[in-house]
Amino acid sequence: MTDLTALSLIEAATALRTGDLSSTELTKACLDRIHALDSRIHAFLALTPDLALKQSEAADQRLAQWRREGGDPLPLTVGIPIAVKDVLCLEDIPTTCGSRILEGFLPPYTATSVERLIRAGAVVLGKTNTDEFAMGSSTENSAFGPTHNPWDLSRVPGGSSGGSAAAVASHMCYAALGTDTGGSVRQPASFCNATGIKTSYGRVSRYGLIAYGSSLDTVGALARSSADLLPIFTAIAGHDPLDSTAMTDPVPKIILDDTDLRGLRIGVPREYFIEGMQPEVEAAIKEAVRVFESLGAKTRDISLPHTDLALPVYYIIAPAEASANLARYDAVRYGPRLESIKLSEQYFTTRGALFGQEVKRRIMLGTYALSSGYYDAYYGQAQKVRTLIKGDFQAAFEEVDLIACPVAPTTAFRIGEHGDDPLSMYLEDVFTLPANLAGVPGIAFPVGFDSNRLPIGMQLNAPHLGEEALFGAAHAYQGITSWHKEHPLL
Amino acid sequence: MALTVEEVRHIARLARLQLTTEEERLYTEQLSDILDYASRLGEVDTSDIPPTASVLQLHAPLRPDVVRPCTPRDRILRNAPSDQEGMFRVPPILDT
Repeated sequence: MTDLTALSLIEAATALRTGDLSSTELTKACLDRIHALDSRIHAFLALTPDLALKQSEAADQRLAQWRREGGDPLPLTVGIPIAVKDVLCLEDIPTTCGSRILEGFLPPYTATSVERLIRAGAVVLGKTNTDEFAMGSSTENSAFGPTHNPWDLSRVPGGSSGGSAAAVASHMCYAALGTDTGGSVRQPASFCNATGIKTSYGRVSRYGLIAYGSSLDTVGALARSSADLLPIFTAIAGHDPLDSTAMTDPVPKIILDDTDLRGLRIGVPREYFIEGMQPEVEAAIKEAVRVFESLGAKTRDISLPHTDLALPVYYIIAPAEASANLARYDAVRYGPRLESIKLSEQYFTTRGALFGQEVKRRIMLGTYALSSGYYDAYYGQAQKVRTLIKGDFQAAFEEVDLIACPVAPTTAFRIGEHGDDPLSMYLEDVFTLPANLAGVPGIAFPVGFDSNRLPIGMQLNAPHLGEEALFGAAHAYQGITSWHKEHPLL
Repeated sequence: MALTVEEVRHIARLARLQLTTEEERLYTEQLSDILDYASRLGEVDTSDIPPTASVLQLHAPLRPDVVRPCTPRDRILRNAPSDQEGMFRVPPILDT
């Protein structure tokens, strides 16, 4: 029998419909693969085999009934084993955000995005590793140890959704939920040869997503292709009365057959080709642009003039929002407590001991940017420059339908490479931050390898709520290329 | 924009973070570097530019105001490091 974990999500869903395979078989195959590989990769922080097998049995019954009685088409996610980034709550399952300060926390409810996937029949295998509170670009900031890139175990998988990306790339699951505040779905997708969607701000409910930067946080997903990714997006998108920023606009029904790219206008921003960029990345992106031209797209050079300001804007606004959001960790309502004789001391000791270095650094930075005397110069000014960055995208989308650019300046770097230099790590996010500041969606997908056989990813951005065009363009590209089918030998 | 150790201690007090001496030294250096990098924002002329707090045109979606069940108390309290008689238990707040 062939290895079931090597199937694409669409192939697995097709086999479930015909009855050639059962969800229980797929689930057991994924759990077996996790047990065989995850001691080397560390994609998961917690496994939920009992829940998964219960859900897969229910999915098998649902499929059997559908085969017997017919009826409306079932969602493609029915019976498909997936993984969930450990910043999304799942009722009664430990949810840590990769932090000691939430060790032992059992959420009393499930995040809307996870709930919708479960209702759409998906099987949850477990919770994936993340940089602590999603703050990082490498998954090295997890309090529970780094995740290793399946393409080279000495390298990072990217971050912060590095566990989800590594799980997808190593075929431990067919898709995974991630979150993207500054590139945390797209950059790990790029580093691991996965396809990842960063959704428009407001497209997917943030209810049950443990907050980092609330004006930037988005729930997204990773899978092995655009076609595999779409059913996950379809399941999670749409308004939620429990999140007032989850937009009421209807979600279009997206169909991916023979997407025609003729006449599609793609802009390539000159500011995204910078000094110090890995030449192989630049070459692969330019080659991918030529592939889009061969598909009939019209590409042109464009300018997003305020791009170089996105990094300083992000690293003021996101820490400022984080410093407020993380004030809730007071050792009163959840998490471990360092006993003190006074409440005021308990805040200091518990937070000082149980937050990691990067989280403390960002809380400090955000507290400073919001503090009396500095607010206008830092936070206020960053919010104004954010308007300019958003305006760059609005102006560009007057002239083009999509924007094509690299995901990151380099391929996956070595674990420990950025050491004690946070600013050099922040520079890894230079091409992904602008989309979060502007609220627009992005898709990352494989477009080649460097000489070390490390994956290279391209990013497409669309106007707000323009996910349909992203799935279509990436699908058309994947129809005539095979980079996304390459997988690491493990 | 160089921060002093005293400023770092002040920020840590505001943020309710106990730092080690080594962390104070490290953050003084690293936060100075990051703020130095961010100081380029000050060079941008934003005199006529409104701030962006959210990319959405926010409106408050309304729903009928009906009584619904809420999360049972014991499911909230089970996560607390200490509780007593249905309440969160904390160390003294005031000096006695």
